[in-house]
Amino acid sequence: MADPLHQFKIEKIVEFPAFNIGGVPVDLSITNSVMAMIIAVGLTCLFFLATTARASIIPGRGQVMAEGIFGLIDDMTDSIIGHDGKQFLPYVLSLFLFILSCNLLGMFTYFTATSQIAVTLTLAAMTILLVLTVGFIRNGFGFFKMFVPSGVPWPILIVLVPIEVLAFIMRPVTLTLRLFGNMLGGHIVMKVFAGFVVTGLTLGGLGAAIGILSMGTIVALTTLEFLVAYLQAFVFAVLTCVYLSDVVNIGHH
Amino acid sequence: MDVQSATLIAGGLKYIGAGLATLGMIGAGIGLGILFGNYYVGALRNPSAAKTQQTNLFIGMALTEALGIFAFVIALLILFNAPSL
Repeated sequence: MADPLHQFKIEKIVEFPAFNIGGVPVDLSITNSVMAMIIAVGLTCLFFLATTARASIIPGRGQVMAEGIFGLIDDMTDSIIGHDGKQFLPYVLSLFLFILSCNLLGMFTYFTATSQIAVTLTLAAMTILLVLTVGFIRNGFGFFKMFVPSGVPWPILIVLVPIEVLAFIMRPVTLTLRLFGNMLGGHIVMKVFAGFVVTGLTLGGLGAAIGILSMGTIVALTTLEFLVAYLQAFVFAVLTCVYLSDVVNIGHH
Repeated sequence: MDVQSATLIAGGLKYIGAGLATLGMIGAGIGLGILFGNYYVGALRNPSAAKTQQTNLFIGMALTEALGIFAFVIALLILFNAPSL
């Protein structure tokens, strides 16, 4: 059976010579992962340019789609973060669109950039750094009030505060692993079943029946993966909003 | 037992370990079942409020699912000989 992990192999497409910055080698070659991200961002930009170039009061099909996506994230930041949510809309919207386009591009057999832990880790690190920056700018050292739930008797706080701190530290880890694990897992399962089809059909007889059954499973799994591709982008955006809301509305919850 | 067969057996045990690590997903599966089951119970009792709770549903789903993903990642780490393990 073909190796189901082969699809995640990084290959260089355009090679640039590596150079050193302060003793650290930097290689800016264009790999297939970088290429996938460039294509995803390019397609997103093209989509929004095409749909909103001639915006009219009575929207066409494209404009409805673009406005629908914008409205979804606008509602999300508004309802979760509250009044100050508007200023985080650009970040959350671009995060959502980037993850969604990378996930969807992965469904069209080229390369899933979000199945690389380096990519998801970068996204999670960006989010958590934003949360920390906003938290410290808006609240100063009142930021640490986040770890002390109000209205709790002090003996329980001894147990509760370390748990809250640990939960906060785990946030970037879970953000990274959720997206990474979902994309990796889904694509591995699809390729494993694709392997069953080939092996089953070459065996003939009962094997052929298994092959045909696996083919049906792949069709079902592909539908599920499209749902997961959207849902994971949505979940990442929602959690970003929740984490931002935690530091923006520190006093009132 | 000589060294060669011991490494062979250890290499096989690795796969059993990876399989055992995925058992952690049982918990995530039960959790997701409870989560979505209760959501639908609530949603069918009060359909007008269902839409407003969808975001909360996805937050809960994401947090529950993360634990299953942890098990999956550990299994992968064992399976592909992560240097730290």
